[in-house]
Amino acid sequence: MSFGHRHLLGIESLAASDIQTILDTAETLREVLDRPIKKVPTLRGKTIINLFYEASTRTRSSFEVAERVLSADSVSIAAATSSAQKGETLLDTAKNLEAMNPDMIVIRHASAGAPHFLARHCRPAIVNAGDGAHEHPTQALLDALTLRQRKGRLKGLRVAIVGDILHSRVARSNLWLLSRMGAQVVLCGPPTLIPAGIHALAPVTHRIEEAVEGVDAIMMLRIQRERMAGGFLPSDREYHMRFGLTEKRVKLAKKDVIILHPGPMNRGVEIASEVADGPYSVILEQVTNGVAVRMAVLYLLLGGSAEAVA
Amino acid sequence: MDGGALSKTLAGMARELVGRHPGMAGTVFIGIRSRGVPLARRLARLVKEAGGVEPRVGALDITLYRDDLTRIAPNPVMKGTDIPFSIDGQTVVLVDDVLYTGRTVRGALDELIDFGRPARIELAVLVDRGHRELPIRADYVGRTVATSPDANVQVMLREEDGEDRVLLIDSQPRVEPPPPRARSGAARRRPPSRRRERA
Repeated sequence: MSFGHRHLLGIESLAASDIQTILDTAETLREVLDRPIKKVPTLRGKTIINLFYEASTRTRSSFEVAERVLSADSVSIAAATSSAQKGETLLDTAKNLEAMNPDMIVIRHASAGAPHFLARHCRPAIVNAGDGAHEHPTQALLDALTLRQRKGRLKGLRVAIVGDILHSRVARSNLWLLSRMGAQVVLCGPPTLIPAGIHALAPVTHRIEEAVEGVDAIMMLRIQRERMAGGFLPSDREYHMRFGLTEKRVKLAKKDVIILHPGPMNRGVEIASEVADGPYSVILEQVTNGVAVRMAVLYLLLGGSAEAVA
Repeated sequence: MDGGALSKTLAGMARELVGRHPGMAGTVFIGIRSRGVPLARRLARLVKEAGGVEPRVGALDITLYRDDLTRIAPNPVMKGTDIPFSIDGQTVVLVDDVLYTGRTVRGALDELIDFGRPARIELAVLVDRGHRELPIRADYVGRTVATSPDANVQVMLREEDGEDRVLLIDSQPRVEPPPPRARSGAARRRPPSRRRERA
């Protein structure tokens, strides 16, 4: 197996074989989480900095757990309590962290392209943990792992991605990944939350009933209030009526449909509670798979010799 | 070694195992990936034929415990560890195809101990080719072979390679042959007396 990348910046730059390698590695590493001693010495002596400029529960703790299980040493920095508050630029922060000689920086940032910028200017391996509305590669990978476990394949699956496509890096990464692996994606959301030009990549509908009809999986996206200054939506209630995933709408999909949500959920807005907690929901499996996928990414980027890969 | 010799060797090892562990109660086999796993399965069946209870067999992938991960590229393929039983209090027989530097076994011991506390760990190898870099020895050896350090011992098994064969492949001859390494019967050395102070 070869994984000839120094960084994980996005799904767009990965070949189908790279995605396959990450998913296969994650599948193997998942077993470590079930051991009595959930720790292997693989990345002993490696230092990882988690640099989070945006709020996060799942992604950050998931990276931290993955780092610990693989015995890497890690430091997490949240922008709210960092020198970013004092006006330090991203490049200055990165250069200072680089001077501490870490092997990897995991970054989440509100601006698209921030990880790519770091990859150009810094020595450590860079992992994108979400950059603005651009990409969230590890989320798409954990979604794919969950889909593959439940459905046995990715090729030929029909997947509906429903909700706030405009602001969603999860939607973009998933769209790249699923189409690269041969799945069919349909996008759905109100016209105000569908980015211009996305029709070129996947069919778009504004009716959720049409989107979910006969699909193997439904990925619900969070309504990203924090990114909506203008009048994107009349009200949460109206959104739920038009685009919320309810039990009745789930019934339009295949009988064995699975429901994914990257979290955090707005219950009663994009997803009804009875669906989120219902038998089709794989939301908590996604979280476990998230740790496995991040372990795989860390292992593939830091496990082999950096010189030999570069 | 051809297929017939290999089967005979394994049968001999199985008899030795049953001899040392009458009935094979409380004994499990754990093969080290890749070729240790089919060898462990075969040994388990042969143990049954030799009159013992067929031991359960697990598989150990030591990739995550390698001491040279940061020196090799690309990353080795992982096939995963699969030990579907508790090893607490059991006699674990580690099985591998070739014993060479001992580094694989070192990794395997570390990994096993993260899974539980076996009563005892023993090591069975098909071929001991010498050149240990760590103080490790095997309890059951199919065949001891004197090799030059840059030769290659290749074990082929029908489960993995389609046929049973053991090949000793000498590397291309050098202008100056390497000085012969003293091997003074290291593989046959008697095991050190069992230490019990940590028991």
